[in-house]
Amino acid sequence: MGTITFVEHDGTPHQVELEDGSSLMELATNHGVPGIDGDCGGEASCGTCHVIVDDAWITTTGTRTDLESQMVEMSPECGPNSRLACQLRASPALDGLTVHLPEFQM
Amino acid sequence: MKRDRVIVVGAGHASAQLCVSLRQGGWDGEIVLVGDEPSLPYQRPPLSKTFLHGTTTLSDLLIRGPEFYEKEDVTFRHARVTGIDREAGTVALDDGDALSYDRLVLCTGARPRPLDVPGADLPGIHALRDAADIEAIRGTLRTARRAVIVGAGYIGLEAAASLRKLGIEVAVLEVADRVLQRVTAPEVSAFYDRVHREEGVDLRTGVGVAGFEGDGHVRAVRLTDGTKIPADLVVVGVGVLPNVELARDAGLAVENGIVVDEHGRTDDPRIFAAGDCANHYDARYGTRIRLECVANALEHAKAIAGAICGKQKPISALPWFWSDQYDLKLQIAGLSTGHDEVVLRGNPADGRSFACFYLADGRLIAADCVNRPKEFMFSKRAITQELSPDRALLADPDTPLISLLQTPARSAP
Ligand SMILES: Cc1cc2nc3c(=O)[nH]c(=O)nc-3n(C[C@H](O)[C@H](O)[C@H](O)COP(=O)(O)OP(=O)(O)OC[C@H]3O[C@@H](n4cnc5c(N)ncnc54)[C@H](O)[C@@H]3O)c2cc1C
Ligand code: FES
Repeated sequence: MGTITFVEHDGTPHQVELEDGSSLMELATNHGVPGIDGDCGGEASCGTCHVIVDDAWITTTGTRTDLESQMVEMSPECGPNSRLACQLRASPALDGLTVHLPEFQM
Repeated sequence: MKRDRVIVVGAGHASAQLCVSLRQGGWDGEIVLVGDEPSLPYQRPPLSKTFLHGTTTLSDLLIRGPEFYEKEDVTFRHARVTGIDREAGTVALDDGDALSYDRLVLCTGARPRPLDVPGADLPGIHALRDAADIEAIRGTLRTARRAVIVGAGYIGLEAAASLRKLGIEVAVLEVADRVLQRVTAPEVSAFYDRVHREEGVDLRTGVGVAGFEGDGHVRAVRLTDGTKIPADLVVVGVGVLPNVELARDAGLAVENGIVVDEHGRTDDPRIFAAGDCANHYDARYGTRIRLECVANALEHAKAIAGAICGKQKPISALPWFWSDQYDLKLQIAGLSTGHDEVVLRGNPADGRSFACFYLADGRLIAADCVNRPKEFMFSKRAITQELSPDRALLADPDTPLISLLQTPARSAP
């Protein structure tokens, strides 16, 4: 049903099959994308699934919630499009989405 | 050519991460995961949180889906390892098989500490460690009216919150004189005490369990002070014991866990241990520790994969933990052991949001953050950077925390 591309900090892209209903964190970890840890299993508790949504996509995904802001804003790599991948649900509307990974997860 | 083989015993948080990190580290030999639970590794923390009262199924909780193990060429065996023959380099399974290993990693976790009182084996009394425990508890929820939780640690309090959410009457018993005594400052204990009472929990501290009564099913809990509480569901959460027997019987050093060095290695260079069952030497704390948290299991696994793949990096990540109860999201960074001062940001005596910072010699070593994700993420960074933030600024709600990160670390007096 489409793909999502995770781009590592060094530029290496990983194309992952989009599965409706899964979170982007689950998609990344199940497909062995390095650079997303997801230590808390998707409870927005750990902050190790930080991604930066490509500019062209931010209106589709929407910007981060207040909870996500509190989690990611302490990261030196936080930008306006920073989100927690566990809080982003995959849907057909996200076919073709590109997100960038920070150099370090906190 | 025969491929080298890593055998991982136990299918939990540490072993799932080990599979990930071994492949990422370039291990191209076999990986065999032997677990005595029927499932692939799943998330344990939700068991006492959303899983208990929710509609989540076990497959929602898998740490990695089945496609991951297939893609990474990991073989899962549902069996129990019953012994290790170090000379032969084999493990024996309870189905009669024996498997040879080139490297062996013990990720056997921990089991609930049993309550040694009369009636403790009555039906209706449950531990809270694995999916089977939860399935059993879930099966009783439609008829349960009065639950008693024994032990006011995180797991006991989470279970209390989950059961209250279902409208069940809940009593919590704690033998210590405050809840969470082993792990937090009195201010934080007092906060959780207040919230659980506000949520209708009958909380009793400083009292133990003398025994359980019932005829074919638990009906009441007898307390050490002579009182009796009716109950049709009992959940016991009085801590865990590390599963060290395999290691001990194989002649490996065991002392409050399987003794390993800063790379997760036992005194046999081919055998490692990770997670709740392992007691590692920690350079950050300058001592041996055994921890029971996901972050620790993941860090052990990463260090061991590094050692196996020839990229040694000692165990060093900051331990952290979380706990969800009612509308409270508690996030804990670091270990507060050895603190000599507590600084509060926000007021735990009022409302439901504050942070409690633990300092030792002025240096931030840990933080308990309730509904304060920002304080938590700040603490993770500040503790790792060994900062000694100004106490007044730390306590001041109007000082942006990020500004404290830019303060250079004060040199030790
Ligand atoms: C209800 C609950 C809530 C929790 N909440 C949190 C939380 O919020 N945050 C947090 O950080 N931590 C939490 N924890 C702790 C966390 O789950 C553990 O620290 C973590 O699971 C440890 O991982 P592990 O891999 O060491 O062991 P486990 O996950 O316990 O896995 C060990 C596995 O090995 C198996 N095994 C043992 N012996 C053998 C054998 N001989 N042969 C084959 N298999 C064997 C066991 O059956 C088990 O499946 C919680 C734990 C529980 C029970
Ligand atoms: S997985 Fe932990 S915050 Fe997203």
